Amino acid sequence: MKKIISLGIVFLLISCKKDDKKEAIPESKPLKTYTQDGISVDSYNFLGLEPSLKRNNDTTYVVNFWATWCKPCVEELPHFEKLNAEYKDKKVKVLLVSIDMPKKVETDLIPFIKKNNLKPEVVLLNDLDANSWINKVDPTWSGAIPATVIYKGDKRRFYEKSFSYEELENELKQF
Amino acid sequence: MKTIKIFAFVLLAGLASAFTYKNMDAAAGYKVGDIATDFSLKNIDNKKVALKDFKDAKGYIVIFTCNHCPYAQAYEDRIIALDKKYKKQGYPVIAINPNNPEKQKDDSFDLMKVRAKEKGFTFPYLLDEGQKIYPQYGATKTPHVYILQKTSKGNQVKYIGAIDDNYDDAKAVKQKYVENAVDALLKNKEVVVKETKAIGCSIKA
Repeated sequence: MKKIISLGIVFLLISCKKDDKKEAIPESKPLKTYTQDGISVDSYNFLGLEPSLKRNNDTTYVVNFWATWCKPCVEELPHFEKLNAEYKDKKVKVLLVSIDMPKKVETDLIPFIKKNNLKPEVVLLNDLDANSWINKVDPTWSGAIPATVIYKGDKRRFYEKSFSYEELENELKQF
Repeated sequence: MKTIKIFAFVLLAGLASAFTYKNMDAAAGYKVGDIATDFSLKNIDNKKVALKDFKDAKGYIVIFTCNHCPYAQAYEDRIIALDKKYKKQGYPVIAINPNNPEKQKDDSFDLMKVRAKEKGFTFPYLLDEGQKIYPQYGATKTPHVYILQKTSKGNQVKYIGAIDDNYDDAKAVKQKYVENAVDALLKNKEVVVKETKAIGCSIKA
C-alpha cells in the first residue's frame, strides 16, 4: 500500500512538472510586426497563436476571432472592449484575433484600431489554410465569424455566435 | 496509478466528445451521405430554379454564397471557372444567397442581379427567400459548398466544405477540394477528402 502511495506521489510530481512545462511555453515569435501611427500588430501563423489558446494559469482568457469587414464582429467589439476594461484587475485578459487579409492590415486593420481606440491586444492570424487549424480552435467551429473561446486552465467553452455585453459577462462569470 | 489516470482521461475525453457530437447534431443539417432536399428558389432572371430541372445533370455543386462577404468575393472567379469546367461534364454550379436582405442590404435581390451581371455569372444565383433552405443543408457561412450526386435514392451529399485551401491567392492553392471531389465522382470513385472547413462570413438570417 505504502508503495502504491509513494508511486502515486511520484506520478503526481511528474504530472506537476508537466504542467509547469506547459506554462513555460515561450512566447511565440511573430511572423511579422506591422507598425503604423504608433500602433503595432504582430502577425502569427496558427502554430504561433496556439500557445495563446492554451495557457495554464489562473487568468481567464477571452479570445475573439473577428475581422474589420465582418459586420456582426464589429458590432460586438465594444462589448469585448468593455469587458476588458471592467475586468482588467480581475485576472481576465481579452485577446482580439483578427483574420483580416494580410494585405489589408495597413489599409484597414490598423486604421480601424486607431479610429476605435481599441484597448485589448490585437493580433493578426495569418494562416490561409484554415482547414488545418479551425478544428484545433474547436471541433464544433464551422469557420463562421464571429467566434469566441473563453478558457481558464482546463476549462474552456467555444461560441460561434454574436454576444451582447450581458451575455458575454454571464459567460465569463461561469469561470 | 498511471493507468487509472490514463483511463480517467480517456473516459473524460470520450464524454467530452460525446457532448460535442450531440451539439453538432443539433445545429448540423446534412452530413456526407445524407439525401439533400430539392428546392424551388427565385433566380436573378425572376424564374424559379429547382435541382430537378437539370435533367441531364449527374449531380450539382451547390454553393451558398453572397455579394457582400470578402471571402465570397475572393472566390467569385473560381466559382465561375468551376461552372465552366463542370457544367458540361454534368455538375453545374447552383449558387444560393442565404442571407436575409433586410439584415444585409448588400445582398438584396436587386444587387444580386447587379453583381451577377458585373461578374458574368454563368450559373443560377438564387435567393433563399425566408431563409428556409440553408438551415436544412446546415450551411453556416458564405461560401459553403455542398456537392451532390444524383442517385436512385435522391441527391446524395458527397462533399461539404471549402472550395480550396487558399482564399487569398488562387495561384497558391495546394488542395482543390471541390475539383478533386467532382473529379472522383466523375470517375465513379470515392471522394477522398469529404469535409473541410474554411473561414467565412456568418449567414445573416
